[in-house]
Amino acid sequence: MEEPRVGVFVCHCGINIGAYVKVPDLVEYAKKLPNVVHAERNLFTCSEEGISAIKKAIKEHNLNRVVVASCTPRTHEQLFRAACEEAGLNKYLFEFVNIRDQCSWVHMREPEKATEKAGDLIRMGIAKARLLEPLQEIEIKVTPAALVIGGGVVGMEAALNLARQDFDVHLVEKESELGGTLRSINKLFQTSEEAEKLIKTLVEQVKSHPKIYTHLSSKAKEVTGFIGNFDVNVDEKGEECKFNVGTIIVAIGAESLRPTGQYGYGKMTNVLTQLELEDHMKRGEPVGENIVMVNCVGARVPERTYCGRICCMTAIKNASLIKESNPKAKVWILHRDLMTYGVDFERYYRKAMELGVRFIRYSLERPPEVIGEGKVERIRVYHELWRREIELPCDMLVLTTPLIPAEDSQNISKMLKVSLDEFGFFLEAHLKLRPVEFAMDGVYVCGSARWPTDVTEGVSQAYAAAAKAAGPLRMGYVKAEAINASVNEVECTGCGLCELLCPFQAIELQLKRDRMVSHVNEAVCKGCGTCCAACRSGAITMHHFTDEQILAQVEALFG
Amino acid sequence: MAGFEPQIIAFCCNWCTYAAADLAGTSRVQYPANVRIVRVMCSGMVNPIYVLKAFEGGADGVLIAGCHLTDCHYIDGPVKCDAAVDKLRKMLHVLGLEDERLRREMISTSEGVVFARVIKEMVEQLKKSGPSPLKVKMEALA
Repeated sequence: MEEPRVGVFVCHCGINIGAYVKVPDLVEYAKKLPNVVHAERNLFTCSEEGISAIKKAIKEHNLNRVVVASCTPRTHEQLFRAACEEAGLNKYLFEFVNIRDQCSWVHMREPEKATEKAGDLIRMGIAKARLLEPLQEIEIKVTPAALVIGGGVVGMEAALNLARQDFDVHLVEKESELGGTLRSINKLFQTSEEAEKLIKTLVEQVKSHPKIYTHLSSKAKEVTGFIGNFDVNVDEKGEECKFNVGTIIVAIGAESLRPTGQYGYGKMTNVLTQLELEDHMKRGEPVGENIVMVNCVGARVPERTYCGRICCMTAIKNASLIKESNPKAKVWILHRDLMTYGVDFERYYRKAMELGVRFIRYSLERPPEVIGEGKVERIRVYHELWRREIELPCDMLVLTTPLIPAEDSQNISKMLKVSLDEFGFFLEAHLKLRPVEFAMDGVYVCGSARWPTDVTEGVSQAYAAAAKAAGPLRMGYVKAEAINASVNEVECTGCGLCELLCPFQAIELQLKRDRMVSHVNEAVCKGCGTCCAACRSGAITMHHFTDEQILAQVEALFG
Repeated sequence: MAGFEPQIIAFCCNWCTYAAADLAGTSRVQYPANVRIVRVMCSGMVNPIYVLKAFEGGADGVLIAGCHLTDCHYIDGPVKCDAAVDKLRKMLHVLGLEDERLRREMISTSEGVVFARVIKEMVEQLKKSGPSPLKVKMEALA
């Protein structure tokens, strides 16, 4: 490695740093530190003037390392890295020292101590900078095609969206027909639109689109590779079908809980779930005069603590539809809290009350009781407001159960190396900032696979997932992290601990020269450094945060 | 022990605690100037050697702080960090270093105030505990 020639730029940040920390003293101090060949101060290092000062100094002093002591890398690292790059210096030869957020702003009443601390941080930064190495971001080619798993309304919308952007889409559906859960639904809430009509239009569009390859009665049984290059093996009616895609969308939806053993379900003839009621009503079969619905059956209970999210609206919808077709019918909804969030849902709920649907609150401690032999005749419920038990006549008992994770969730999660949450639903990379992406690059999620969603929400998510999945396809390539891990095969003992610990399955043991050694897939590695910390033989280097660099910082502080 | 100012080194994860320290800054939350932050990508990448080296160098306290269990940018770094810290504590006991000298925290991006409070608590505690016994021994040997 050539001798480091470090340039140090200390920023006043106007008065933000300059008023509390003695910037000129820091510059003089930095000049005396090893390998520093240039140090200067700037009123604002991030200004055009400051940036050109960096570029000028790189050329004039032949700098091969740059240290800026100013604010935070979280806002300004890109800018200073770009300045280095423009001056012909690899951007990873830049090191940031934060003397504003960590010194001047938090030790405002102790300027001496703030200055001393800033000096320490600069010394530590320079110690690291001396050991920095140039890094390259590798580019990976992307196959301009996508796989969508799940042919429900959400999966179909995602597939159509991608196909309309001119990408090939493989749509894999486990059933023999497209449509998913909506095939069993009668009418949709708010609009009372027939679900069958909605999916019929979509299915026609999907089937007639030349860019969509629909695989029915099919299951993705093997997926290997990484963003840009996933090799997919689909079992299509017993036959293998192989193709390569750049990105993958998971839209497998969810299943309705069957509350066997609860409230006479499975034993008594007139007990249905909401989903079964939908089918019943779709076929135009009678529902009787007295209908009781019990909400939160199997939801918000100790063994399944989550709220089913869309079930309240489902119950209100079905109750309203019954009242609309037969105003004389009596419909009670026994609930434990009504979740009718937002403008439209609350209006829909009020409308149901106007139609005469009765709402009675019960508590988890005193659930409703079923009275009857072989068939439910009456429901006894403790009315919380009246503070006494009442009995309701009942021709049909409808249990409102939550959606639960689809049966395939576990398998698909393992196959795609993506996470599930504590309940078994798919878990996105970040709840707020990356809501339809997985931590695994190139794989996305939408609809009830993530959590129970209604059609409107599911379709919005489908668009979001399709937009995300289209990004790399359109670019044609993706850049892998330059800050990643690499293995020294000579020192690696092949113990496999790193393979076990890697959260992204980026590491695998490979046979090389007659022995197993670990290998990091650069395209998948995210550079968390866990493998490096755990490696017993010190064979793994986490670039840009190497042991040597961090230990140099530690030593510089105490040295 | 009058006038003793403990030296603390903090290994902070890039995504959460480093950002919390930034937030303490932008919100002008004041805390003692005894801490020096080393940025790491993940709390799970903190090699026990970094901590041992810090104590060998004369640190009075070390803080390892990163994301909460569910916030990790790398899925489960904090779990790995916790496991490493458990082992590390045993080594520190052998070296005669008390429990309070190594502090493990999960501090999210939005918890600037928590970061400041943790530093304040550590400084107060370590002022009571006095200089690191390892440092005292090493100085006596030197």
